[in-house]
Amino acid sequence: MGFIRDEDIVEIRGRLQEMVNPVRLVHFTQELNLEYGREAQQLLKELAEISDKLSLEVYNYLLDKEKVAEYGVDKVPATVIRDGKDCGLRYFGLPAGYEFSALLDAILTVSKGDSGLQEETRQKLRQLTQPLHLQVFVTPT
Amino acid sequence: MSLAYRFALENNWVRADAIEASEFPDLVGKYRVLAVPKTIINDGGFIEGSLPEETFLEEVLKIAQPAAEEDDAFS
Repeated sequence: MGFIRDEDIVEIRGRLQEMVNPVRLVHFTQELNLEYGREAQQLLKELAEISDKLSLEVYNYLLDKEKVAEYGVDKVPATVIRDGKDCGLRYFGLPAGYEFSALLDAILTVSKGDSGLQEETRQKLRQLTQPLHLQVFVTPT
Repeated sequence: MSLAYRFALENNWVRADAIEASEFPDLVGKYRVLAVPKTIINDGGFIEGSLPEETFLEEVLKIAQPAAEEDDAFS
């Protein structure tokens, strides 16, 4: 018995069939990391098993210092959603409820390699040539 | 998918973090998050609530590149 119910697996598999390129979830966790750490890892493990275009790597926040630095992770649980390269997407926390659906959306969008933004937005964004950090607070309900 | 994530996909300079508010009360306190979504821009400015794409972009660029805005004003 896992986190993801059997009937949900069918639906998730259907959605993930739209995937084009492989997506990698890079997850950082910590032993004794509240209750959320173990849950997040288990949830992502079950999710990654649903599609062969989706893979999961798990690192320990305290031990895997090189990876922590590479991805600029400063809190856990943390999940990087990436394709062949790091595209700057991070999720901090347990992606449950509504946020689970948002994670699926993010996976699909990364997999298709198209931001879906309007042409004008894309052009204006091209003028940005210095680091920009956006932190969006969300809730799972 | 959130606009912040879309921006990150579009431009390599952008890093977009989604933060589950109830799991990080310290950050919620630090950034005075009273309602979600709230977007913190470069640790300084912020956007409360959801905005349409154009307005969100405008607000983000205003905070991210104040110098560029000034250049525009004089050009």
